[in-house]
Amino acid sequence: MSVEASVISTLIAERFGEAVEELRVSHGVHAFAAPPDRIVELCRFLKEHPALRFDFLSDICGVDYYPEAPRYEAVYHLYSLPNKWRIRIKCRLGDPPRVPSVTGVWRTANWHEREAWDMYGISFEGHPDLRRIYMWEGFEGFPQRKDFPLRGYKDDLNPFGAEGPPPTQPDLVTNDIPTGVRSTPET
Amino acid sequence: MTEVTELMRPQGESLDTKEVLLNLGPQHPSTHGVLRLVLELDGEYVARVDPHIGYLHRGTEKLAESFTYTQIFPLTDRLDYVCPPSNNLAFALAVEKLLGIEAPIRAQYIRVMMAELARISGHLLITGALPMDLGAMTALLYAMREREMIMDLLEMITGARMHTSFCRVGGVREDLPEGFLPKIREFCEIFPNRIRDYERLLEDNRVFLSRTQGIGVISPEDGIDLGLSGPNLRASGVDWDIRRDEPYEIYDRLDFNVITRDEGDCYARWQCRVEEMRESVRLIEQCLEQMPEGPFQIDMPTIAFPMDKDRVHCSMEALIQHFDLSAYGFKVPEGEVYSAIEAPKGELGFYIISDGSEKPFRMKVRAPSFVNLQALFGVTNARYLADMIAVLGSLDPVMAEVDK
Repeated sequence: MSVEASVISTLIAERFGEAVEELRVSHGVHAFAAPPDRIVELCRFLKEHPALRFDFLSDICGVDYYPEAPRYEAVYHLYSLPNKWRIRIKCRLGDPPRVPSVTGVWRTANWHEREAWDMYGISFEGHPDLRRIYMWEGFEGFPQRKDFPLRGYKDDLNPFGAEGPPPTQPDLVTNDIPTGVRSTPET
Repeated sequence: MTEVTELMRPQGESLDTKEVLLNLGPQHPSTHGVLRLVLELDGEYVARVDPHIGYLHRGTEKLAESFTYTQIFPLTDRLDYVCPPSNNLAFALAVEKLLGIEAPIRAQYIRVMMAELARISGHLLITGALPMDLGAMTALLYAMREREMIMDLLEMITGARMHTSFCRVGGVREDLPEGFLPKIREFCEIFPNRIRDYERLLEDNRVFLSRTQGIGVISPEDGIDLGLSGPNLRASGVDWDIRRDEPYEIYDRLDFNVITRDEGDCYARWQCRVEEMRESVRLIEQCLEQMPEGPFQIDMPTIAFPMDKDRVHCSMEALIQHFDLSAYGFKVPEGEVYSAIEAPKGELGFYIISDGSEKPFRMKVRAPSFVNLQALFGVTNARYLADMIAVLGSLDPVMAEVDK
């Protein structure tokens, strides 16, 4: 284990104890698993601690582990410009997926979180403007979920789409997702 | 900016003013693609911007989950279509990290050389297109002339001008063709003088200078907070280049300068790109000098196609290998990797989760243009419409990459 890895894990363990779990180093990037309710605190700590200074948010990414439970995951990639370290924070989310927004820590998180909402339906609480970003307003369902068919659902405009029940619809005004997803995934 | 607009606002109650909604795009030459901006205008002053993207959304990430690793290369071409070799390289590196392999040295030199050619081609387009947005058409026409030379070089190597798909996991598709080296040496000789020409065209152009200098200033703190990367961030004085700070391939053997500017305005971003083209030519020259002889692909029949295509027609093993790789692909061990390179637009990262099969379980593209474009709205929310066009051009978003 490199020096950086031990520095990062010691500092995180001091502050967060058991709450933030250290994961196996994979391909040179140190990874941690954090519970959703401490993610903002952890990000702020990583950004502001004078020895760590993870000031650059590279990416936020949603993952769907269907049919595992908990089903969703938000993955944060941070980079420290002064130290030249990379770190990955993983946050497992239940159904419906909800996680506090980190837009207050980095402004760049805004569009990343909108993308994860659009594609996976992960609801970032406290986000100033959580709307779809790629799909049009009024689109139903979350296209990158594993149970969303690759060709979409059959309708007037998409005669080659998959047959099936309509996907879960989020309320576009309140961003509330009905609990429970469709129980019959396409094969 | 607020004070200025307060001054410009009509005084007294004699004049009624109201804000005008203006739809800029999606089909508009200075949006560099299909970007739609819904602007709330208070005179010439942009009160609010509501960006709409996604007109080119092709679902690259979702598609990738149903493709084998080799099949994904053409998808990556279509992200930043101005410089596909960089995208190919970024994806190949991520998969190679998962597999725990490295391409042979010659292949690494070829890839780096092509990535630098791509950088020149991307920067050429924007150093020409930014002045065009501001009314100086000439620079783009000259830039296109030189870009054509790069297209010809890429065509010599790959047979394709734009969508090269030349990288493979564990190497490149073919070796460099005969007669290529004199051509690229000729290019390296001609090109630095041509860069001087562009500079002379625009450096003393009063209109260009007043439209770009001091416009759209981004402070280093703001740049980092907004997630800017690449030349956009370096123009704000942040000395960060992934090629130097986390060297991949053979960049640690090459000597180059990281170009930074302190001003952080549109002109600084333009200058940064022009200077980077000079450095890229130097890098290409060093690649040509140092490039050793050797295989262009890793010698692993389970991953790489047979190097000699003719063997497929006369050797049973080679035929099986070729068929197997084409039909089923190769398995990649379980794990996850985030691998970033310095693409012409900034940090291009691929995050791949593998479940041990031939197809990625999840592939996330950290597209630099997507993040850079977002910064536009952090910067120009209090500026004039004409300035916003300049800032948009100087941030250099490619909409195909924004929309993935």
